[in-house]
Amino acid sequence: MKVVLRNPRREVEVAGGRRVKDVLAELQIIAESVLVIRGDELVTADQVVRDDETIELRPVMSGGLR
Amino acid sequence: MKCRKCGERASIELRRHNAAFCAPDFLDFFRRQVREAIRKHRMFEADEAVLVAVSGGKDSLALWDVLIDEGSRTTGLYLDLGIFDYSVESKAKCERFAAARGVPLIVSTVAEEVGAPVPVIKEVTRRPPCSGCGLSKRYLMNRVALEHGFPVVATGHNLDDEAATLFGSVMHWQTDALPRQSPALAATHPKLVRRVKPLYRLSERETAAFAFLRKIDYIVEECPFAKGATSIAHKEILNRMEEASPGAKHNFLFGFLDKARPAFERAEAVTLNECARCGQVTTGTLCAFCKLADQVKRLGGGLRPSSDGRRAP
Ligand code: SF4
Ligand SMILES: [Zn+2]
Ligand SMILES: [Zn+2]
Repeated sequence: MKVVLRNPRREVEVAGGRRVKDVLAELQIIAESVLVIRGDELVTADQVVRDDETIELRPVMSGGLR
Repeated sequence: MKCRKCGERASIELRRHNAAFCAPDFLDFFRRQVREAIRKHRMFEADEAVLVAVSGGKDSLALWDVLIDEGSRTTGLYLDLGIFDYSVESKAKCERFAAARGVPLIVSTVAEEVGAPVPVIKEVTRRPPCSGCGLSKRYLMNRVALEHGFPVVATGHNLDDEAATLFGSVMHWQTDALPRQSPALAATHPKLVRRVKPLYRLSERETAAFAFLRKIDYIVEECPFAKGATSIAHKEILNRMEEASPGAKHNFLFGFLDKARPAFERAEAVTLNECARCGQVTTGTLCAFCKLADQVKRLGGGLRPSSDGRRAP
């Protein structure tokens, strides 16, 4: 499956047919720091993503002093 | 995972609330939290005109979206910081949002007000960019609100922002900063407007989810100066604690607000004067903004190219 990462935008290929949770663990991404987007919907960490699907892990952090 | 409300498949899990929601029920939850914040801290009355400070990011546009739907009388304020493409794009997002919703937007430009854009201010002052930027933002928000007769300015600060600021203040025991950290700051001088943060009960992930589900076109790319800001480092630390123990950020911030903040409120108030130059409120004779503008003028800031060789916009 394809995973789209942002800032800067890039794509990585990981094994599919697994729960989002497992993909996040492999990429060492904390669930609290991203939205998991598939198409125009959000998916929760327990959902399984098929090998032919793409998900975007969009960082939610905005920074600096505001 | 199922929605706590309706039992349909959930879109988002909120571990600190031990809940998951489908998209429509999450949007409801979100709006309820904003209403609760406004009510609890008496942020503004239904008929008051609210100036909403928008950056083009998810938080401030989500806030504006909620307030518009709640029927509040809002006007947006975009501060053009002059930070390369980031400012160009974020301004366009705010303008499009305002046009699509049919709400007014005021644009104020730091380069005009201070004499140079943020990247040049950074070079002239030799201080971190966020320092001159933050100072200018706070100053201009207040002044624009006063000039246009708004009693209150609302900003998009979320739970993570507030927890990270608190963490920073506590790490350095900045006891003068602690009483000033609040979801609502009353106007303590005729020339200060009330400042409120209606998203303080919602985490950064929740505001991002709201903006995404509402199809708000916000700027995902960061301000180039945000990288390496200490507040980001603090947010990362807090997120690791959150991962290990859901609710950690919430308990840290809310515990402070309920139990600790009152202890830090100073008995004697500081004396507030009006700046000899611009008339805005300061504790000295000349306000920090006017001093900054002087420094920029003295060092010929406006003309200098910025560090990456490009002329600042
Ligand atoms: S990250 Fe710093 S420089 Fe960039 S907008 Fe925020 S406060 Fe300003
Ligand atoms: Zn539901
Ligand atoms: Zn002044």
